[in-house]
Amino acid sequence: MKYTEEHEWLRAEGDVYVVGITEHATTQLGDLVFVELPEVGATVTKDDEIVVIESVKAASDILAPIDGEITEINEALVEDPSMANSDATGDGWFFKIKASDPSQLDEMLDEAGYNALIA
Amino acid sequence: MADLKRTPLHALHVSLGAKMVPFAGYEMPVQYPLGVMKEHIHTRAKAGLFDVSHMGQVVVKGASYEAAAAGLETLIPVDILGLGENRQRYGFFTNDAGGIEDDLMLANRGDEVFVVVNAACKPADIARMKAALEPAVTVTEITDRALIALQGPAAETVLSAIDARAAEMSFMDVATLNLNGVEAWVSRSGYTGEDGYEISIPNVAAEGIARTLLEHPDVEAIGLGARDSLRLEGGLCLYGHDIDPSTTPAEAALTWAIQKVRRKGGARELGFPGAQKIVDQMVNGAPRKRVGLLPEGRAPMREGVELFASADAGDPIGKITSGGFGPTVGGPVAMGYVTSEYAALGATIYGELRGKRQPLTIAKMPFTPANFKR
Repeated sequence: MKYTEEHEWLRAEGDVYVVGITEHATTQLGDLVFVELPEVGATVTKDDEIVVIESVKAASDILAPIDGEITEINEALVEDPSMANSDATGDGWFFKIKASDPSQLDEMLDEAGYNALIA
Repeated sequence: MADLKRTPLHALHVSLGAKMVPFAGYEMPVQYPLGVMKEHIHTRAKAGLFDVSHMGQVVVKGASYEAAAAGLETLIPVDILGLGENRQRYGFFTNDAGGIEDDLMLANRGDEVFVVVNAACKPADIARMKAALEPAVTVTEITDRALIALQGPAAETVLSAIDARAAEMSFMDVATLNLNGVEAWVSRSGYTGEDGYEISIPNVAAEGIARTLLEHPDVEAIGLGARDSLRLEGGLCLYGHDIDPSTTPAEAALTWAIQKVRRKGGARELGFPGAQKIVDQMVNGAPRKRVGLLPEGRAPMREGVELFASADAGDPIGKITSGGFGPTVGGPVAMGYVTSEYAALGATIYGELRGKRQPLTIAKMPFTPANFKR
């Protein structure tokens, strides 16, 4: 698993990456009540604001972690945003993205690096 | 969090794992490990304990209850003289423009008026009362007492196990109860839309009483986050957001708080700041009105979202003053001001969220049924 400094995680699944936000992030945000995901097929550029999430406290934007094409979104999460709180790295995933430049992953944090960031 | 004041329950909050935040000059618990959503739902299902010690507690005392009440009636457009002994009433200070300077609770405690005001307005409220009433009537801030609220359907069972007289109180009654051997000034009221009590107790006894209440399996500590979502679902105004010095009672839909005796033609009509404008608007209507709003879909619309008459109208007709997710409603809820011609219940208007216009319905408040013990 790779991590961004924006508290996203990426997990390779075949030739796409599954993306979500970390448990640390969902704990900080509080109970999620709304998630708006990008359209399947959308081409996104790293740091585009592609997801809106709202917790009981506030709205936040989630940035595209890499360049690529959205291949799938988690419709179940839209119906029940609390899945991101209860299972941040499992059922609470946001979208799948096909990387157009996999070398962008090289700049990301590994688990130890991410844990150091949030320590 | 330097320079922030602490309530007598600060150590308790920290020991319970609360997340502390600055609020109105105090370090306050915004949530406990349970989290805002579960704290909210627990309060409506059982009972929640809130620390509201940051609020101002003030005793207004004259030669008689009537002397203090008559003095306060020059600042507050409410029937205070006619308030029965051991009864409480909602009110607000008004200004010369008819706006609301703060909202408050007033209790007739026999020979004095007990006033509870908002934390952020405390110094101005006390100065206002002192300037208008002293020396004939004294205005004393009570700093040696904490204030807690026990709210929810189980509140009566919990509190009456400590003093059985709690069960005999009706909504808006006040009484002096004995909690763990200390004198508690209790009212059957709150800020959640649920039955419950607000309890003033000596600072030194506050943590002990709070811990006693929390020992009951039905009681959880509840932070400011859930307090806000509970009061929003209850349709209750948050001062500085839904009401402020520029909003009048008619605009704020709070004219129910102005009894007949203080209205035009009443025995003690007018005689408070902004009276002419306030009573004129009560007769002839106000240019804008506070309304309940239910956004369609799941996206919360929060304070500051501009409201429009249609999906493509140019100028806004108002804005949201409080909004968020209502855990009991199970969707977004909001309140705000709209030009009166658009304030009809059931009408559809639009809010602009992230550049997109999304429909909202003007809805009756409260959004959840009030469960008061009348």
